[in-house]
Amino acid sequence: MISLKDIQKGLLVSLWFVFLTFPLLVIKVNPIERVITWRWFNMLWIALGSFSCYLAVKAYKARQLSRQKRIKQGVIKERTAWSGRILKEPGIYIPFLIAVGLFALVFPWIFSTYQTNIMVTALMYIVLGLGLNIVVGVAGLLDLGYVAFYAVGAYSYALLNLHFGLGFWTVLPIGGLLAASFGILLGFPVLRLRGDYLAIVTLGFGEIIRLILENWNDFSQGPSGIANIPRPGLFGMHLSLDQSITYLYYLVIGMVLFTIFVVNRLQNSRIGRAWFALREDEIACQAMGIDKTRTKLTAFALGATWAGMVGVFFAAKTTFVNPASFTFLESAIILCIVVLGGMGSIIGVILAALILILLPEYLRAFSDYRMLAFGAVLVTMMIFRPQGLIANVRRIYTIPEE
Amino acid sequence: MLELNSISTFYGNIQALHDISLRVEEGEIITLIGANGAGKSTTLMSISGIAPPRTGEILFKGKPIHELSANKIVGLGICQVPEGRHIFPDLTVAENLDMGAFLRSDKKQIEKDLTYIYDLFPILQKRRNQPGGNLSGGEQQMLAISRALMARPQLLLLDEPSMGLAPLVTKQIFDIIKKINREHNTTIFLVEQNANLALKVADRGYVLETGRITLHDKASTLLSNEDVQKAYLGI
Repeated sequence: MISLKDIQKGLLVSLWFVFLTFPLLVIKVNPIERVITWRWFNMLWIALGSFSCYLAVKAYKARQLSRQKRIKQGVIKERTAWSGRILKEPGIYIPFLIAVGLFALVFPWIFSTYQTNIMVTALMYIVLGLGLNIVVGVAGLLDLGYVAFYAVGAYSYALLNLHFGLGFWTVLPIGGLLAASFGILLGFPVLRLRGDYLAIVTLGFGEIIRLILENWNDFSQGPSGIANIPRPGLFGMHLSLDQSITYLYYLVIGMVLFTIFVVNRLQNSRIGRAWFALREDEIACQAMGIDKTRTKLTAFALGATWAGMVGVFFAAKTTFVNPASFTFLESAIILCIVVLGGMGSIIGVILAALILILLPEYLRAFSDYRMLAFGAVLVTMMIFRPQGLIANVRRIYTIPEE
Repeated sequence: MLELNSISTFYGNIQALHDISLRVEEGEIITLIGANGAGKSTTLMSISGIAPPRTGEILFKGKPIHELSANKIVGLGICQVPEGRHIFPDLTVAENLDMGAFLRSDKKQIEKDLTYIYDLFPILQKRRNQPGGNLSGGEQQMLAISRALMARPQLLLLDEPSMGLAPLVTKQIFDIIKKINREHNTTIFLVEQNANLALKVADRGYVLETGRITLHDKASTLLSNEDVQKAYLGI
């Protein structure tokens, strides 16, 4: 299965990796004691690791190829993917759903406050991912400045509370609406743009919002941020920290369910179909009588609404906002959730959000290598599953027997 | 039914159409022939509002439409089959057809039209659950025409339906075009490079040269016109 040629190539690959990582992982300069430590063992691990990874990938590919051959010859039948099976057979997915639901319900009672807190963050990213999924996954508009709407939501709660004393529940819809209007504000200038150009403008928009928040001291208190934002109240009861985190947990669960419901309805609606059409072909879209302007603007506005609401939630959860929370990295992570999960697929986005947010938390011990692992995961995904973890179910099709 | 009164269309600073005037009567097949870059597609784009004219006016049933946006024009009953087919590659054939009926809400009539289309192109029914991108060129062209028909247009604008198709498939498509014109009483505005074929199905024809209309006559007369024969028919 693995030929001599593969091994030769593997050696070359590992040599190349050793060369690439040499300055970073082998040489260690200690500027205080003015000594250089040479970590030769690291080099050995890298060489071994990359070599075996290369061989593993080769073996996997060879196996897949032979499988496909056997499917063609009719020796074995094609399997539907496990993800597809879970989604399709009610015998599997109903108990699965009930189990997940029960687990989500009792989660704060079994696990510590710390775990619950992390889970709240992950669930927030699910909502963010689903929101961005409308813009990127369904309507096909690459938005790299999504975090701007998140910031709009967070600051609308912080500022409205600071100046007018408005509560969480009042600001939640206001934050959503404000973010939506910012979405339309961004939507107008980019109506004619597509692809890379659209991405650049949205990237710029995200930075503009962050820079305004950072430099307009009178308005947003600049880099020092706004502190002492109240947590959401529960009928005026006083909650301890632990209790309020549990409360937040249930709130965000409710929000996730609401988002899933709405996004699902939207995708199957008239406007959802118009978005799909817009993603596929703009000229045909116009020829079918779809109002391009309105369709694009609603995609931007509706996507932004979710970010705004999660932003309000974020401000309430951390009780503190400053511009440093809304850097481009956030946009990138949310985009990664959508791409990793599978464009336009709700289940995929949920899974990807949980993986991308929870894993780094549990792997804190390796936090130095987080970005390295992040990059590696994305590259691997693009090689093995370019359609995302769980591709959109709409794409499943059958060819009838002749 | 449709009247273009000396329209001029620009792409940026470049003038693509110079004072084009033409008329389309109800129920006929009109063809616009001309060389590459003569402005045939631009004329259609101007009618459908995707590239609106800078000067001049377009009247549909006596009402001006040149200032309406593309989606409103479709609502009036003018539907375009864009050049290069432009089907939705990731949507299934059935969903593509569904998109054609986007502006309609009469579900029963849509169902009926769908059966009519599956009658017209049985291959589409066979392939209805396949993504449009998996179809062959000819099937995609059939899908594009069917999708436009789903909008129940009174005027169908066809842009180069023979592009990239085998002669046999082209003939089949042209037969269907004639059939649609007869059975549905749909007026057809056909833009075509294959002048020979186009003039054979059409009632009247216009010849376009570098953005200007140079000739206009009955299709049969044009077919026997010496200049046309030399320039476009290769005789």
